[in-house]
Amino acid sequence: MDAKKLGFDTINLGHGSGGIMTRDLLDKIIFKTFSNPYLNQKHDGSIVKFNNEIAISTDSFVISPIFFKGGNIGELAVNGTVNDVAMCGAIPKYLSLAFIVEEGLQIDEFIKIVKSIKDAADKSGVQIITGDTKVVERGKGDKIFINTTGFGEVHPNANISTDNIKVGDKIIVNGFIAQHGMAIMSQREGLEFESTIESDTTNVNYLVNDLLNEFGDKIHLFRDPTRGGLASVLSEIATDINKGIVINENKIPLEKQVAAACEILGLDPLYVANEGVFITIVESDIADAVIELMKNDKKGINTVCIGEITNVHHNKVVMNSSIGGKRIVTPLIGEQLPRIC
Amino acid sequence: MKYLSEYRNLEATKSYLKLIENTITKPWKIMEICGGQTHGLVKNGLLDLLPDKVQMIHGPGCPVCVTPLNLIDKAIELLENGVIVCSFGDMIRVPGSKKSLLEAKANGGDLRILYSPLEAVNIAKNNPDKEVVFFAVGFETTAPANALSVLHAQKESVKNYSILVSHVLVPPAMEAILDDEFCNINAFLGAGHVCAIMGFKDYYPLAEKYKIPIIITGFEPLDLVQGIYMAVNQLEKGIYTVENQYARVVKEEGNLAAINVIQTIFEIGNREWRGIGEIPNSGYRLKKEYQEFDAELKFGISNIKVPENSECIAGEILKGIKKPHQCSQFGKACTPQNPLGAPMVSSEGACAAYYHFSTI
Repeated sequence: MDAKKLGFDTINLGHGSGGIMTRDLLDKIIFKTFSNPYLNQKHDGSIVKFNNEIAISTDSFVISPIFFKGGNIGELAVNGTVNDVAMCGAIPKYLSLAFIVEEGLQIDEFIKIVKSIKDAADKSGVQIITGDTKVVERGKGDKIFINTTGFGEVHPNANISTDNIKVGDKIIVNGFIAQHGMAIMSQREGLEFESTIESDTTNVNYLVNDLLNEFGDKIHLFRDPTRGGLASVLSEIATDINKGIVINENKIPLEKQVAAACEILGLDPLYVANEGVFITIVESDIADAVIELMKNDKKGINTVCIGEITNVHHNKVVMNSSIGGKRIVTPLIGEQLPRIC
Repeated sequence: MKYLSEYRNLEATKSYLKLIENTITKPWKIMEICGGQTHGLVKNGLLDLLPDKVQMIHGPGCPVCVTPLNLIDKAIELLENGVIVCSFGDMIRVPGSKKSLLEAKANGGDLRILYSPLEAVNIAKNNPDKEVVFFAVGFETTAPANALSVLHAQKESVKNYSILVSHVLVPPAMEAILDDEFCNINAFLGAGHVCAIMGFKDYYPLAEKYKIPIIITGFEPLDLVQGIYMAVNQLEKGIYTVENQYARVVKEEGNLAAINVIQTIFEIGNREWRGIGEIPNSGYRLKKEYQEFDAELKFGISNIKVPENSECIAGEILKGIKKPHQCSQFGKACTPQNPLGAPMVSSEGACAAYYHFSTI
């Protein structure tokens, strides 16, 4: 697809009108890129068949900047929703894809985003089966917003529910935390600093599938700590299960450069957003085997057990600090704010 | 040197805790001046590891917490009148008399969160048809960068840039605390970063006059336990002098280049402290020859005055007379989501530190 041959450089209000310009945009870019039997019907929607229970998850992506180190809004929109479906213990199959574009978006930027959506969808084995494109006036959006809804078939062995979590269950995380948030932070206006930190955006659905194949209902929970970070997700779980959670600071996987960047900006990595990270809570007798399986997958090389479920301090997450103290880990309240000094 | 690991070393920390325990015979109250130190103590769970005889009192060294209500209202006034207001991050959620900067932003104000005031000068250059104000909050630590932004703006003839000055100084605050009739503090941990800029010569007369040990201390767990040990050691021996625990960063004379920049544009004047009131000669104001950069004068907002919230005991917290959990509003009417006062908002505020990290 060559942006120069399309006959337009930017997306304008006409591309969202529903008329010939919309058709042109869809035919030349969307249908061409995502061509599949469902989409090629060019109907108002698609009809699909599932053989088991289905898991559905939706998410809107409004990230700024839309291109960042390690990815862009397009692949984020696929991976984010694919992972959310996987966290339900399901195998993601289909995605809907809706754009809200601010007029004036450069067409080559749009094409770049669409191409990464295609790549990410192929990598996770999902098809785009329905979608929508709207264009809003300049100033009423922020270049581009994307909404995706994912549909997946629940894995036959899965029984994912906080109700299954027991005292003694282990909490395992698949790798370094805080990479995505710090990559974005390093490129925000006014906060720019030089770093090579890249977003960790990726799909983890195949690894989740492997874990369910192997361990079935001994896996009690999957959760991806995106916005709000690890701290917020663990706090939510502790409240939901009415039990305590204890984690160990020196086990939290944190890459050196990310740790240093957090330190400089005065941010706590436990609250920084992740994209390709998930935690799983599993029965203690399979914990070692789970870790071994995950470490053998390239999406889980740095897998580690960070803590467990306890019968004390109900509803709270307590962290054993590296120097032998304890502190409560509370959920994030508003946005994490950089400190003065 | 691996600052992040070596100063958070379990064994080294334990050995200092042991030393403190072996040295101490009487109960002592030690105030850490800086909010960063409070944060370090609480976040690492150090308060529970210290011997019972050591009681840490949390000091006023949180710049956000001591910024008076009327300055926040002034910044909001500017924001609501089309001025681009630039601020450090933790200032924006602090409630003014009616709302916070964050709420004013939601209502359409152009608020930018920055790490460096020099960035604000760039914003002014890029928006020549707008006025740009940097909310120059902080202790001596942030003063050099804020001063430098004015010098840059002057050098590059950026006429649409000014600063809303709210600079406060540590030594006068220490003296105000010591002069308070309820003061029962036996030793200070001096604020390491402030001393990195200013040095610590000013502290000798304080230690002498009030017969109180002052240990210039860093922020990592090992710094803190070592600082506490040095304080306990002096107290037990009955001596009182200034010692520098944070020698890897702090020199006695401070950072002369930074001091020079500060003295070029600022002069010392009276300042109001939130919850404490006006302390003589406790802050910086712009010198006469730099008054064109004074946002209060430029926009005629010097006369905005508002009373402090009577339900908030921030003053007593900042002077170390009360602990956060001794406040009847703590965790009830006052939470980080709905703060009555600044110490509950800022990450360095004693109330927020207690709310987030301590008491299991």
